[in-house]
Amino acid sequence: MIRFKDVSKQYSTKDGGLTAVNDVNIEINDGEIFGIVGYSGAGKSTLVRMLDGLEAPSTGEIDIDGTDIAKLNGSALRKQRQKIGMIFQHFNLLWSRTVIDNVALPLEIAKVPKAKRVQRAEELIKLVGLEGREHSYPSELSGGQKQRVGIARALANEPTILISDEATSALDPDTTNEVLELLLKINKEMNLTILLITHEMHAIAKTCDKVAVMDSGRVVESGTVFEVFRHPQQQVTKNFVSEEFTTQKGDTTMTLEELVKKYPEGQLIRLVFHGPQAELPIVSDVIKRYPDLTISIISGAIHQTQEGALGSLDLQFVGDETKINDALEYLKKMRVGTEVIHHE
Amino acid sequence: MSNTTGLKSYFQFHNVDWSAMMSATWETIWMTLLSMVAVVIFGIILGLILYETRSKSGWGFKVINWVVGLLVNIFRSIPYIILIILLLPVSKTLVGTIIGPKAALPSLIVSAAPFYARMVESYFREVDSGVIEAVESMGATTWGVITKVLLPESKPALIAGATVTTISLIGYTAMAGAIGAGGLGNLVYQEGFQAYNNTVTLVGTVIICLFVFVVQFVGDRFVKWTDKRTL
Repeated sequence: MIRFKDVSKQYSTKDGGLTAVNDVNIEINDGEIFGIVGYSGAGKSTLVRMLDGLEAPSTGEIDIDGTDIAKLNGSALRKQRQKIGMIFQHFNLLWSRTVIDNVALPLEIAKVPKAKRVQRAEELIKLVGLEGREHSYPSELSGGQKQRVGIARALANEPTILISDEATSALDPDTTNEVLELLLKINKEMNLTILLITHEMHAIAKTCDKVAVMDSGRVVESGTVFEVFRHPQQQVTKNFVSEEFTTQKGDTTMTLEELVKKYPEGQLIRLVFHGPQAELPIVSDVIKRYPDLTISIISGAIHQTQEGALGSLDLQFVGDETKINDALEYLKKMRVGTEVIHHE
Repeated sequence: MSNTTGLKSYFQFHNVDWSAMMSATWETIWMTLLSMVAVVIFGIILGLILYETRSKSGWGFKVINWVVGLLVNIFRSIPYIILIILLLPVSKTLVGTIIGPKAALPSLIVSAAPFYARMVESYFREVDSGVIEAVESMGATTWGVITKVLLPESKPALIAGATVTTISLIGYTAMAGAIGAGGLGNLVYQEGFQAYNNTVTLVGTVIICLFVFVVQFVGDRFVKWTDKRTL
């Protein structure tokens, strides 16, 4: 159990104080994959650095399984750090060491005897699917392979927590998916708590159980990924969610204004539905029930999240205002989330 | 004794005392190598002190950084020929003599170690801070970071810097030779300059050049061999 309680962090700069993290309260349960999403400068990295004791909070308390991290120092802190594995955007591997020596490094630091180090490192290399590359140097590996080494290294000391700090941000989409799948596998096999820091909503949707959205040092919204995706409350969250939906559409990455310009008539409505509803013929139902309405499909996307499929569909409704409202009422009754994007 | 000034004077090989040339060469080589080993050791230690005390808070670190930095800057800026004279009493105390290759060692080390220390400090600063933080987050001590990250990750640079320093040490040994430290510098000064034996000067020059080339070659090979960043 990780708990951030009223955590704030201020820096003093030449231009006065800077609040990087502002009154953050988060609870992360054991075995959970918890996402923290936010644009750069939102305070995500400061938050995880504090979790690892690399920085101390200005006020508040960070506790892991009942231990207040800020109160630890010296060898107790170093011991605690061994229980947390970390992977990074730029991998941070030692170029001077081979794959196996990189993986064994945390074990060397923990003073594990040589024979055991080698054995454990070999197991981990197998786990992340890099057999045969043990004696390669990082410069001989691709980005995805390097991150696999990073993951193996992070797991060497059998940590209870794995922090992924933008670990997929430097990777291409396919490799990102591979790495995320590996994280999911590790989470299940080792019952590891994973804290996923990212600015990519895609990574959150694919792996996380819960998510906290950060903006200017604050957690502005949090909850299960499913809920946050379905009913984003804050503007930042909406941006992230719609960014995710639009990136999946690929060719039609239109802004709201462009959409409105292109479909000036009637109302533009976004439907959000999940799991069981996605399998019902809801749209065809609406069309049959309200034959006076002209309904065109503009775009749509489906996401696989940890709790099931989550879909979004942008529709254009043209017709009588009251009929449109009736149709929206009907959709609500069917428990489909609706959002009027544009009203004539 | 004709041909003491013309171009032909370079090629009077029968005038060369080869056994003296040989022993002078050995003196130069061991003076250089011995001082190199000491310079590398002291340079890395001083460089580490400069690096580790640089960005730490606490006035103790600041004082150490200031004192070491000042000493390094002072000894780096004294011209070698003056430094060797300045340190004559020190040599006398340390090695018991002011003549011969041994007497040159203290001044060679004192002049080159600060030079190398500054290089070492900058090499350490170039080590990827993300990697250092990653290793710190594994629970490494400062010593762990030094031995597992700083030294191995800057090894090619340390070797390249040591090569450059060694080559300037060869130059210093020749200067030291001129005021009695032995070696090729001494031989060329005594025989070549004071006895007008230009052939000795030429042969000494060729040997020194070969020595420099060999050092550079060996250094480059080691750099290439230890650098695994590009393959």
